[in-house]
Amino acid sequence: MKAFKMTKGLGIAAAGTLAAVSFLLMKTIGYEPVTVVVMLAATVIAGTPIFMKAVGALRYGIVGIDALVTIAVGGALVIGEYWEAAAVTFLFMFGDWLEARTLEKTRSSIKSLLGLAPATARVRRGGAELEISPAFVVAGDIVVIRPGERIPVDGTVLEGDAYVNQAAITGESLPVSRGPYEQVFSGTVIESGYLVVRADRVGEDTTFARILQLVEDAQDKKAKTQKFLEKFSRYYTPAVIIMAVLLYLLTRDLVSALTLLVIACPGALVISAPVSIVAGIGNGAGHGVLVKGGDIMEKLGAVRVIAFDKTGTLTEGRPAVVRVEAFGIAEEELLLIAAIGESYSEHPLARAIIREATGRLGALTETAKNAQMLPGRGIRFMMSGKTYLVGNRTLFMEYSVPLGGTETLLSLEEKKGRTAVLVGDAERVLGLLSIADVVRKDAKALVADLRRLGVRRLVMLTGDNERAAAAISAELGLDGHYAELLPEDKVRVLSELQANYGRTAMVGDGVNDAPALASADLGIAVGGAGSDVAIETADVVLMSAELGRLAYAIGLSRATVANMKQNIGFALLVAGLLLAGVLVKTVNLSFGMLVHEASVLLVIINAVRLLGYGRKADREDRRRTLELRLPKTDGTQLHRDRADIQRLDA
Amino acid sequence: MTTKTYQLETVSCPSCIAKIEGMLKKTAGIESSEVLFNSSRVKVAFDEAALASEDIKGRIAGLGFKVLSEK
Repeated sequence: MKAFKMTKGLGIAAAGTLAAVSFLLMKTIGYEPVTVVVMLAATVIAGTPIFMKAVGALRYGIVGIDALVTIAVGGALVIGEYWEAAAVTFLFMFGDWLEARTLEKTRSSIKSLLGLAPATARVRRGGAELEISPAFVVAGDIVVIRPGERIPVDGTVLEGDAYVNQAAITGESLPVSRGPYEQVFSGTVIESGYLVVRADRVGEDTTFARILQLVEDAQDKKAKTQKFLEKFSRYYTPAVIIMAVLLYLLTRDLVSALTLLVIACPGALVISAPVSIVAGIGNGAGHGVLVKGGDIMEKLGAVRVIAFDKTGTLTEGRPAVVRVEAFGIAEEELLLIAAIGESYSEHPLARAIIREATGRLGALTETAKNAQMLPGRGIRFMMSGKTYLVGNRTLFMEYSVPLGGTETLLSLEEKKGRTAVLVGDAERVLGLLSIADVVRKDAKALVADLRRLGVRRLVMLTGDNERAAAAISAELGLDGHYAELLPEDKVRVLSELQANYGRTAMVGDGVNDAPALASADLGIAVGGAGSDVAIETADVVLMSAELGRLAYAIGLSRATVANMKQNIGFALLVAGLLLAGVLVKTVNLSFGMLVHEASVLLVIINAVRLLGYGRKADREDRRRTLELRLPKTDGTQLHRDRADIQRLDA
Repeated sequence: MTTKTYQLETVSCPSCIAKIEGMLKKTAGIESSEVLFNSSRVKVAFDEAALASEDIKGRIAGLGFKVLSEK
């Protein structure tokens, strides 16, 4: 028996050839015995697997499409319609095979993600380097990664310098530079350089493994539409079968009744939603956008209000010097004095000043003497034999240094929500440094993109003070801001927004806004690769810190929903036409099967189109980033970037 | 109650789901089951005293779907 078992492809080829030969015979020599024999052979080859499956299901009392087709084919044989029997069995088998092939394609993005899992890890143990499976690496192991290799763990770099391609995690294909003390992720690839990494998280605990798990689960979380369709087809199939029986009893027309049986399974309809969803989720996963299920995919594009967390989402999340105003001395000198004075302080404002100074002037060489920290006011110190003050109004008043005209400037800056730090000597104010949490570079572009997409209301929620909130809201051109909120206030504001304007999404970094993310209609986490809480709580996770991905995600959601609607519309139309066609006798058995299989195939192919969503935008994006980076990079990187640009242009 | 997930060969037709679901529903000892179309997986919660995991695999295979792995 085993010897006769054919592979599926071979069976299809054989049945197809036989069916074609029999068709030629029928057209040339007519319905001779030899024609019938060839037709029967085709029917047996293509029909046996269908029959076997039908029997397998019948044992459990299930009437599937195999059973319906078997009945129809049996009926056709009984009434002598041998050609119909051969054609129907072949079409069914061939259709099934083609559908499986194209379906694979819709799932390919997710499959390829799985392929990014690292295969081996090289660890240093007992002075030797061993190559082992990543499954056997334990936290604390020292892992060595060379160019072209995949990092097998989440860890901290101990030594080495490398350009790492983090596309597997963030969807960003431009490599980032990584060196000592920096974090690297499992699944990312070293493009050049080498790293020695201490494993912090391994195996199932790595960010990459979590993402995989989420995407795997997401693809089968059903969209609302899908649930409805499944309910619909649960009634549709039995209804058509009853119709077939009635038709036969009333008209004694066996052929039409059998044809109804063949088209009774609304294959295209049932498949229409899931194929679009899986392609959409797959596309997102490949671009650093995790959408946790079909229902979320449906909601995302229909969001009316987007509420942003301020710190770390719309802003960089760390203060920076935004204005230097020097009176009678050079800006550089002013910065230098302030930085030297603050070099002992751990205060965030002090760090902002030092960062700005070292960025402009290089490492600081001088040091402050007799430094006196004055909590709540600032610092007083000596440098090159002179006394200096760095701090706020109170400090200068305490030492009777007149503020003069600086007062106006000071209150002006404070109105903008900034913190102004005064720098002076024993006699006068030398200048002022204005410090603020700066708006992220891509925030403005995002606001414009979201407006273009027609999101009705963009607001900001923050625990920060009113002035700082108002300043940033105005700078970005938001529709409103809510300041000085505690986490529970954010939840309340969100429910107000939902009541007044409709579906509301909350965008945050997931660090301190988890309750808000959970309570909004849709929680969206930005920069999720760094935060477990964000990955778990949010409905949509933007893996990279790049805000622009939000607009991409909304566009993708709309494209997916549109694709799903096209599929459903088409499937309903075909089902209706087939039904009508059978009833008015213009659709026969084999033609009905052909249309049925073709419609399923078309629905899948339409979904495959979704995989290409955003390809063009991607190219543009990458191009822009490359151009921005060009002047800063060293020789080899420069050369590679140029080559990339040329490739993109080609 | 035990919960297991079986990874099948690619499930390509939606009617396959109906078949597997129908079979599992009619099997004694199975509390709940879910067939995941896109990932080609079957999640089953069952009573291990009444039914062995091997049995479930056998039944799925009997419908013509190879079980690749379980966890």
